[in-house]
Amino acid sequence: MSNWIDIAPLSDIPKRGARMVKTALGCVAVFRTAQDEVFALNNACPHKAGPLAEGIVHGKSVTCPLHNWVISLETGEAQGADEGRVTTYPARVEGGRILLDRTFLRARTAA
Amino acid sequence: MTQKLIVIGAGMATGRMLETLVDANADYDITLINGEPRGNYNRIMLSPVLSGEKTYAEIVTHDDDWYAQHGISTRFGCFVQAIDRKARTVTLATGEVLVYDKLVFGTGSNPFMIPLPGAHLDGVIAYRDLEDTERMMGLGPEHKCVVIGGGLLGLEAAAGMAARGVDVTVVHIMGHLMERQLDEAAGYLLRKALVDKGITVKCSANSKEILGKDGHVRALLLDDGTELPCDLLVMAVGIRPNVSLAQDSGLAVGRGIHVDDQMVTSDANILAVGECVEHDGAIFGLVAPLYDQAKVAAATLMGEDAQFVQKELSTKLKVTGCDLFSAGDFADGEGREDIVFRDPARGVYRRLVITDNVVIGVVMYGDTADSNWFFGLIRDKTDISDMRDTLIFGPAYQGGTPLDPLAAVAALPRDAEICGCNGICKGQIEDAIAAGASDLGAIKATTKASASCGTCTGLVEQVLAVTLGDDFVLPAAASICGCTDMTHEDVRRMIKSQRLTSMPAVWQECAWKTVDGCHVCRPALNFYLLADWPLEYQDDPQSRFINERKHANIQKDGTFSVVPRMWGGITTPNELRAIADAADKYAVPTVKVTGGQRIDLLGVRGEDLPDIWADLNAAGMVSGHAYSKGLRTVKTCVGTDHCRFGTQDSTGLGIKLEKELWGSWTPHKLKLAVSGCPRNCAEATCKDIGVVCVDSGYQVSIGGAAGMDVKETELLVQVASEQEAIDTIKAVTQLYRENAKYLDRIYKWMNKVGLDWIKERIETERAALVDRFELSQSIYRRDPWAEHARDKAQSYQPLANLSLEAAE
Repeated sequence: MSNWIDIAPLSDIPKRGARMVKTALGCVAVFRTAQDEVFALNNACPHKAGPLAEGIVHGKSVTCPLHNWVISLETGEAQGADEGRVTTYPARVEGGRILLDRTFLRARTAA
Repeated sequence: MTQKLIVIGAGMATGRMLETLVDANADYDITLINGEPRGNYNRIMLSPVLSGEKTYAEIVTHDDDWYAQHGISTRFGCFVQAIDRKARTVTLATGEVLVYDKLVFGTGSNPFMIPLPGAHLDGVIAYRDLEDTERMMGLGPEHKCVVIGGGLLGLEAAAGMAARGVDVTVVHIMGHLMERQLDEAAGYLLRKALVDKGITVKCSANSKEILGKDGHVRALLLDDGTELPCDLLVMAVGIRPNVSLAQDSGLAVGRGIHVDDQMVTSDANILAVGECVEHDGAIFGLVAPLYDQAKVAAATLMGEDAQFVQKELSTKLKVTGCDLFSAGDFADGEGREDIVFRDPARGVYRRLVITDNVVIGVVMYGDTADSNWFFGLIRDKTDISDMRDTLIFGPAYQGGTPLDPLAAVAALPRDAEICGCNGICKGQIEDAIAAGASDLGAIKATTKASASCGTCTGLVEQVLAVTLGDDFVLPAAASICGCTDMTHEDVRRMIKSQRLTSMPAVWQECAWKTVDGCHVCRPALNFYLLADWPLEYQDDPQSRFINERKHANIQKDGTFSVVPRMWGGITTPNELRAIADAADKYAVPTVKVTGGQRIDLLGVRGEDLPDIWADLNAAGMVSGHAYSKGLRTVKTCVGTDHCRFGTQDSTGLGIKLEKELWGSWTPHKLKLAVSGCPRNCAEATCKDIGVVCVDSGYQVSIGGAAGMDVKETELLVQVASEQEAIDTIKAVTQLYRENAKYLDRIYKWMNKVGLDWIKERIETERAALVDRFELSQSIYRRDPWAEHARDKAQSYQPLANLSLEAAE
């Protein structure tokens, strides 16, 4: 059985935008860059838990809407002088659909 | 004994002459007569005024205070009827007779109008003075204009109007543009750059007739039968020295007024300077020699020995984004050699014309940084045989290895010209520095270098750097963010002048260092593009802060607050009931009255936003934009309705203003208030724009704040009618939108441009500003809540809900 879950068509997220996915233990933010890459991160900034899915997406980063922390979508690391890290989850696009990894999401719920 | 000096014409030449006389405390009692109803201004800067980069006030060289301070009596808007050389008197059209000991002609030139059928029609103008410029500035995106003439003047006129969105066609009789300065290849590059700005260019086009309707120009007919429709037709085909008065006075006149090397005419008591002059067979249209003449004339008047010598001339085109320089002679001829450098991809072209190892002509397009150095080679007739193989690459490549750019400046001789407009050479700048000038501002003030068109600013700074060494730090204006080195102002200018109408176009043309900007520059660019191109630009929600993207204020816990609009602060029991019902239905934890007299529902979940909006919409309420960099609220008192002191209907005006301005985007939030009397219960004097009603009308003031800074407003204007108050407020809002830096409140912007500048623009351009504001509002005066609740509700929901999946 594949571990990838089909979430939604890529077109449901605007370019340089994000949407969130609800899970039993809080939200995961799914980002789409200008180049149509997708990234999945815990939807809480390491600073004051700001909803990253509401931030401005630029390059492969997102800026938290509460206090402008910039988070790398690839590593989850806070950029610049700020310190902290957001949990990232495997995500990919196939045939125009967004896929998330079931095992990681399960691990998250088990945590 | 003090002698009487009369100067006819307040142009750039006589302005400089008067200055020289005044600086030297010359013993003259001076009267200045001018046909235009104003004094000396920098006529070559009319192009930047036309394109909106400068204002008229910025190009005035001598104001009333200056004349008064130096005891110069003025007759502006006055024409000279006759001169009696025997009696030494000047008779004005008003009948006034003035006596002179010395007389100076600075009558300038007249634009040449091609005698086409229809040239008399209304709407056919030249490009010569402020009146012509204002006529062109009155055109907008809905207008068409034809410019006859593809020379310096015609192209500057066309580019200026195109920058204002006017549909411009240039008609040029020759095969390529600026044929007197450019060769065909450079003309092609220039044409391409202009076409990219949206200008239509027709070369080898013969005008046949100007067609009219009801006495006003309608179209230009070419001899191939093409009709070019237009609302305004500008003829910019050349100038002719204005000699009629000199001729009537019996002075020796050829093409211009004959003068000798001392600028004296055939009458020993009469001098002439500027474009009206003919010296040694030549007439003059560029500014540098006029300034030389002015200095010589002043010296002659003071009994000093001075001689006017004609020099090589160079030309720069004052069109933003078209870097073009040309000097000397580059026509084909026997024994002439060419060195050409061409890089079409970068749009760079250089051509040198050489005879007997001396450069006699240079054309540069695209990169003109080395133009002064090449011009120096022409002027000094430098033998270039030793550097011929690397000559075309410029001064940095002479001597084998690339040199520090400052070394090239350091190597310039003292008489190398730095500022072409003002004829200032390196030595004069060095002297000014030795006398204490240590920054660009001081150099401008003491020498006038870089004070005109400004293209030499970089060079002046380099001279400062070379002379002062470590004491001088090149000023670096703060850039928008790390994605670019450009300032907000630079980018706004580029967006306007290059007609950049999309964000990728800005990133490309302004060489952004990142793929797609960042959270700092993207919202700013989104605003600039939307403000400048309301019809063409598509708003980008992904470049907006979350509050504006979701039309609600994000709170610290990720919930949102919702504020329905209450026009002028007025509500009804029904609206209050609907707000209370919504608060119950969506479990709103906090209901609060805001500082702007509106009701705030705090703690709404993001997913519920479309539903609560739909409910509030159903009760007739729309978004209060309490989240936007745009109009927030218009706070009011009760005015004449209930108050015993109220002088006008302040609530009514507040409601009208809010209905006119709502939905508009501005550089920062915009808060208004209207108070019904000077007791000021609506606290109008600490708002961005405040109105205080008084018995005689309405005091409109701007620049207040009660946030991070607390500021009192300053009076912009007092008007008698409500409509004038509304128009003024729309106009100042539009001026703020068009000019301010993103995230500058009005008071910060006002500190930069000055209240006087704002007053003048409002006075002279109110109607046009109101029109542009209305145009933008035709797109943006809409309720975003209704749109989102109807079309985008789905995007407020989670992309997927895996709660069940995970629980399995």
